[in-house]
Amino acid sequence: MNSPWFLLATMAGCGLVTFLIRFSFIAGGRHLALSPRFQSLLRYVPPAVLSALIAPEILIRHGAFDPSPVNPRLWAGAVAVVTALLTRNVLATIATGMAALWIIQHFF
Amino acid sequence: MDTAELASPVQEFRGGVMAELPLLLGVVPFGLIYGVLGLSAGLPGWAVVAMCSVLFAGSSQIVFAQLWGAQTPAMVIGATVGVVNLRHALYSASVAPYLRSLPLRWKLLLSYLLTDEAYAASIGRLMDGPPTPHRHWFLFGAGFTLWAGWQLSALAGVLVGAAIPASWSLDFSIALTFIALVVPALRRRSELIAALTAGTVALLLQGLPHKLWIIAAALCGIAVGALSRAIDRKEKP
Repeated sequence: MNSPWFLLATMAGCGLVTFLIRFSFIAGGRHLALSPRFQSLLRYVPPAVLSALIAPEILIRHGAFDPSPVNPRLWAGAVAVVTALLTRNVLATIATGMAALWIIQHFF
Repeated sequence: MDTAELASPVQEFRGGVMAELPLLLGVVPFGLIYGVLGLSAGLPGWAVVAMCSVLFAGSSQIVFAQLWGAQTPAMVIGATVGVVNLRHALYSASVAPYLRSLPLRWKLLLSYLLTDEAYAASIGRLMDGPPTPHRHWFLFGAGFTLWAGWQLSALAGVLVGAAIPASWSLDFSIALTFIALVVPALRRRSELIAALTAGTVALLLQGLPHKLWIIAAALCGIAVGALSRAIDRKEKP
């Protein structure tokens, strides 16, 4: 079953599923009367979803939960958070976070 | 409002591009990593590149490559990719009120472009910016910029990515991108609580199959954030 066509079809299926998920509420369009209550929930979508994606990237190391000080990503993540708070600048946050990770990995 | 104050489509598009461009510093390394991982999982180069436009969802593309490489049945791959991307339904609900009156072709296009980074870079403009008729061009500008950057970086990953040493830890760049997006946007205590809750739940539920922890943690964060609204200081206008 490892033909290129089967691979392409599987990929297309996954693409369609992903597209339909993204289209779901947007498709509702004019008929979709979102209640103010529901709308106020949506304010929490960015912090909740992005934080759910961030936490394991920083605190899961070699497949296990690692909150110890020898975890370099913990420190690099902290540097990025502080930079983001101080500068509110995307470039500065990514650059200092990555530089911090390299420095820590190089010297420790 | 005076018509002179209404931003034109070009101005909004440019605004979206400018909001998205700095994020590419984190997205491009991630695209390189994806290109390398895709090839090492056993996908042919054309499939690694094609997936960027067919699927266009970074982390789920890596999941796809890993599952395909492990000879996983197609239905299971489809279900897992669906669960990983289920969070986009929350983005869809979040932007839907601002796209309501647009023609279908716009809704199709913007749905296709609705990624983590395009959404996070645009939602502030849509939610709190002036409700002008061309504001969807901002989302289009951000989405298109990310799309182009993602295609090119994955292509570069396929062509030269194997030369990148693993010690560079480029996979960390996507976490940094999300930190750069989420931290400055935390303006209320309840938003901070939503973030901390979602992060904690994501760690606690890592054992769930099919990466179900992503959507579970997101929903917990949203619920706890909304429930803790009472502790917010008086809302700013």
